[in-house]
This record gives sequence, C-alpha cells and structure tokens, in this order.
Amino acid sequence: MIAFMIRRITQALIVIIIISIIGFAIKQSVGDPLRELMGISVSMEEREEFREKLGLNDPWYVQYGRFLGNAVKGDLGTSMFYKRPATEVILEKAPATLELVFVSSLIIIFLSVPLGIFSAIKPNSLLSRLLMGGSIVGVSIPVFLTAIMMVYVFSIKLGWLPSYGRGEVVMIGGWGTGLLTVDGWKHIIMPSIALSSIMLPLFIRLIRSEMMEVLESEYIKYAWAKGINKKRVWFVHAFKNTLLPVITVGGVQLGVTIAFTILTETVFQWQGLGFMFMEAVERSDAPLLVAYLMFVGIVMVGVNTIVDMIYGLVNPTVRIAGVK
Amino acid sequence: MSTLLEVKDLVIKFALRTGEVTATNGVSFTLQKGERLGLVGESGAGKSVTGFSIINLISKPGYIASGEVDFQGENLAKVSDERMRSLRGNRISMIFQDPMMTLNPVLTIGTQMTETLHQHNPGMSQDEARNIALEKLRKVYIPSPEKRLAQFPHEFSGGMRQRIIIAIALLTDPELIIADEPTTALDVTIQAEIMELLMELCETDDMGLILITHDLAVVGQVTQNIAVMYAGSIVEKGATSQVISDPQHPYTQGLIAALPQSSRQGERLNQIPGMMPTLKDIPPGCSFNPRCAHVMDVCKIEVPQLRVGKNGNLVACYLYPLKKEQR
Repeated sequence: MIAFMIRRITQALIVIIIISIIGFAIKQSVGDPLRELMGISVSMEEREEFREKLGLNDPWYVQYGRFLGNAVKGDLGTSMFYKRPATEVILEKAPATLELVFVSSLIIIFLSVPLGIFSAIKPNSLLSRLLMGGSIVGVSIPVFLTAIMMVYVFSIKLGWLPSYGRGEVVMIGGWGTGLLTVDGWKHIIMPSIALSSIMLPLFIRLIRSEMMEVLESEYIKYAWAKGINKKRVWFVHAFKNTLLPVITVGGVQLGVTIAFTILTETVFQWQGLGFMFMEAVERSDAPLLVAYLMFVGIVMVGVNTIVDMIYGLVNPTVRIAGVK
Repeated sequence: MSTLLEVKDLVIKFALRTGEVTATNGVSFTLQKGERLGLVGESGAGKSVTGFSIINLISKPGYIASGEVDFQGENLAKVSDERMRSLRGNRISMIFQDPMMTLNPVLTIGTQMTETLHQHNPGMSQDEARNIALEKLRKVYIPSPEKRLAQFPHEFSGGMRQRIIIAIALLTDPELIIADEPTTALDVTIQAEIMELLMELCETDDMGLILITHDLAVVGQVTQNIAVMYAGSIVEKGATSQVISDPQHPYTQGLIAALPQSSRQGERLNQIPGMMPTLKDIPPGCSFNPRCAHVMDVCKIEVPQLRVGKNGNLVACYLYPLKKEQR
C-alpha cells in the first residue's frame, strides 16, 4: 500500500509540473508586463534597463525556474485587476466553489446510487423506464438552460428561492461558508441542482449498466446457488463490484464538475472561482488566469490521487500489485 | 437404499424472442442416497440446464415448463422462492465449471464461506462458523487454512479455488452435490486430483453427487451410474461399467468408439458423422436418426421410449424390443 501511494504521488507530481509548464507558457505569451507597468513617457533605454532588472531577458528555463520557485512558495504573481496576490484571490473565492461542488456531489451520490441499483435490479418496472427516459433528457439539456429555467420558475414565478448570490456567509478562520445559515442553504439549492443536472443522469446510467453486467456474472449466480438472500447478493456481492468502475469514473467527473461551475456560477452570480475566471478572461488578467489554471489542475490531480487510493482499498487486486 | 431425488418428465423451455425452444424434453432419472450419477453428453445436450433446474436456477429466459423434481418428498419445481433459497447451498450444493469466475473477487474466502453458514443457521456465532470453515478447508487439503480465510480469490490458483469451492459446498453437510463440469477449466493433472477428492468426500459423508460432464474418462472414474443425454433427452441409462464397456444406444456406441483409446495406433479416430442438431431444429422422431447407422422408418416418426437393452441398460432406441417398463 505504501509503495502504491508513493508511486501514485510521484505520478501526481509529474502531472502538476506539466500543468505548471503550461501555466508558465500562457503567462509568457499573454501580453508584455512592461506595457502594463509603465507609461508612454518611459524611454527605450529605461525600458531595456528595467527589462534586464526584472529578468525578462533571461533564457526561458531560468525564468521558468523562477516561476516554479515562486509558485512553490505560493506566489503566482499579482492580479492586475485586484492589485493583490493571485493566490490570495483564489483562496478567497475557492470556498464558494468547493461548497457548491460538495453539495452537488452529495446530491449525485445520494440519488444516483439507490436509483441506479433500483433500475438495475428491476429493469422492467415503470420507475426504471421513467428514469432511463428522464436521464436522456437530463443529459441533453445544457447546464445554463436548466439554471435559467429554474430561476424563471422558482425565483421569478414562484418567488421561493433567491436567484443569485451566496446569501449570508459565516467566516470560520479564512473559510467563508454559506452552509451554516438557512439563507445560505436557500441560495445553494438551485445552483447545486443545476450543477448536478448533467452528472446525475450519467451516474444513474453508469451504475445501472455496471450493476446489470455484474448481476449476470458467474459469481452472482454462484451466490444465488449458495442460498444467499436477495439483499445480501445485491448490496454486498453485486454492489461492491459495481463500485469499482464507478469510483474511477466518479473521480474524473468530480474534476469535471469543478470545471462546470463556470456556467452555473455565471448564471447564479455565484462568487466563486468560475465566476472569477470569467471576469479574469474579460479583463485579460493573465496572472489570475494562470493561478486559476494551476489551482484547478492541482485540485483535479489531488482528487484523482485520493480516488485511486480509495479504489485500492475497495479492490483487493490493486493492493497486491502495490505491495510487489 | 432410499430415493434422494427423482426427476420426472422434466421439460425445460427457453422463451426467446423468436419463439420457444425446448432445451430438455421429458428427462427422468432417480438418485438414491449416496449415489453418484454421471450426466454425460455433448455441449448443448441439456446437461447443465438439467442440473441447474434441480435448484431452480436456470438462466433467464429458461423455465421449467412441466415435470417434477422430487427431493425428499418436495416438488422443487413448485416450491416457493424462499423455500428454494433455504435449500440451495444448504441441502443441495452446487459446484460450478470455472473456479476462476465463481468466487466473488472483492470478498475474502472467509466471508464467502461463513456467509453461507450464517445464511442457513441464523443463530450461529462468528467463531463457530469460522471453525466449521476451517474444518472443511482442512478436509479439502488447503494448507494453513487460518491464513487463507483472510485472503482474496486472486491469491489462489485455479485448482486451489476449485477445492475451496468444494469446501464451500461441504459447509452445510448437504445431501446432494451437483457438480457442473467441475474439472473442465483445470489442467489435466489437477483434474484427477479434484475428482478423487470429490469422490472421497462423497463416499465418507454418504453424499449424493450428480456429475455433469462431457468427459467419459472422468465419469468412469467417479460415478456408479450414467445417464447419456442427446439433444435434450436421455438416450441411455445404466451402470457406469455397463454403459462404457457395452453401450447399447447407437449414439453411446459412437461416443465410446470416438475415445482415442478405442482406436488402434496410427489409425484415424472414429467419429459420429454429422453434428448434434441445435435446439431449434430437432428432427421428428428419434433426435439421433439423421446420424444413426441403423436408422429405420419408425425412427423418423415417433420418439422411442426407454426400454431394456441386452445387458440391462435402459435405452431409447427401436433396435431393442419394448418389454415390461422398468423403473
């Protein structure tokens, strides 16, 4: 297990370094920092001198080394719009996005598992057919459309739920959470449903098809032949095997969900990373864009590494492969 | 000796989209307590389906259309699902064909063994179940069983896994074991080992065994009686030695003659001309008639009943006169 973890973490580091190269490349090609820093009155000689002083004439690998060194220290440059370190801005916006992703992940897990299992063991029931039909519709409607329709129905027509913002936020240390107030929960309901609207049907279908395949296998037939009762065959014998591919896909999809927040956050004016990213694009705030890229990259790699380790716990064959 | 199992006129059908297909057509046989019976035939003859029908576990869309499966006075074709479940793995155990596919890959051997015990003995303690599991593992010669209980199936070889599956079959001291080609997926040296073990255990515990196989050598080694199946019907029944040394039905004769040891060295192996019909186009009359060397007009019209052959075997063939029916 330890060898497996070390190997997995090494792989994660390699991916992060590649992401940093891409981030560095973006920073290098988006605009000339001197133009942002100086007025028109500065002469060519002074500019050249300043360029030398900032190290902009160094070879790219020296500059990359400096970028990486600063990045490790948590310094990803200064946001041009906020006039503050980009990392600080990211960390300030991150809780909003992570809470949104967390709540929609809960929705996905607690709905897709029971519904997926049900439609696998009772494939001909009315509910299963409705779920399968409905899930096609769910997958086909884009997130922003779902979001706008929800705002129209629940905020404008019925007036039940607020249409934008995070509501009342409580600060715990540096983490601003909306999950401790009723107002915060009211605000998060619609965005989290909108965010989960694509992944939920996908997961129901995934769990259903994996479970149906497992139910056809020899070891399930053998479990029946041993006289094991239905509940145990379904929820222990079959479901544990169903989980393996679902965990793998789930890890990747969790990362994608973080990326999907851009659409949801824009519609609901949710003050998170996605919203910040859209603003940064409009203002061509290169340091902030790079910081966002690095942050999302690291979160995704981190999530995938954790998921792989959970997978190793569920699947006994992986554990052995790690020991060798 | 008393009767353990009596299968009467069992008809199994598969409801396919293109129509119904008959997998077995009136199969009947009896099994005494502690008797070992071989169910022999080519692939697709209906052996496995017959075996699974006893514990009512035929893969969908198959179902028992008619007939009885009498197990100790109960018709298993008709009992409730819950009653059937309580018999499976308890009084009737099953051994599957491929040990690599049979055990659940994510559960330990210990879990897969004790869960059967707990299922059939709700009050049993964890320790008690564990001890029974250990005892059965020792019975099938698994070394250091204490360690093995915590391991997963992938940590065992195919032969070991099949022995564990036999140990699982023995857990509840069943009266009947149905073994569906238990050695086909194993290599030859291990085959003999597994068969010997199975035979030894059946003898010491006086368990009934239905051995489903296409391997005549295996059947000859282990069973007392044989039923030969062809295209969903039993064509010959009798004592193992009689059937192998003096087969009566032309199909059985062809089958025995096709064994490599019945040909002389350097000669071509014998074979039965043609192929077994698929379930959809079984010919009228005797299903073997298109391939039979002794075919007569009557063979193409009516299905022959079982009758007594020259040496006492029951044979479904018009070559032998129909005498007083023997059960």
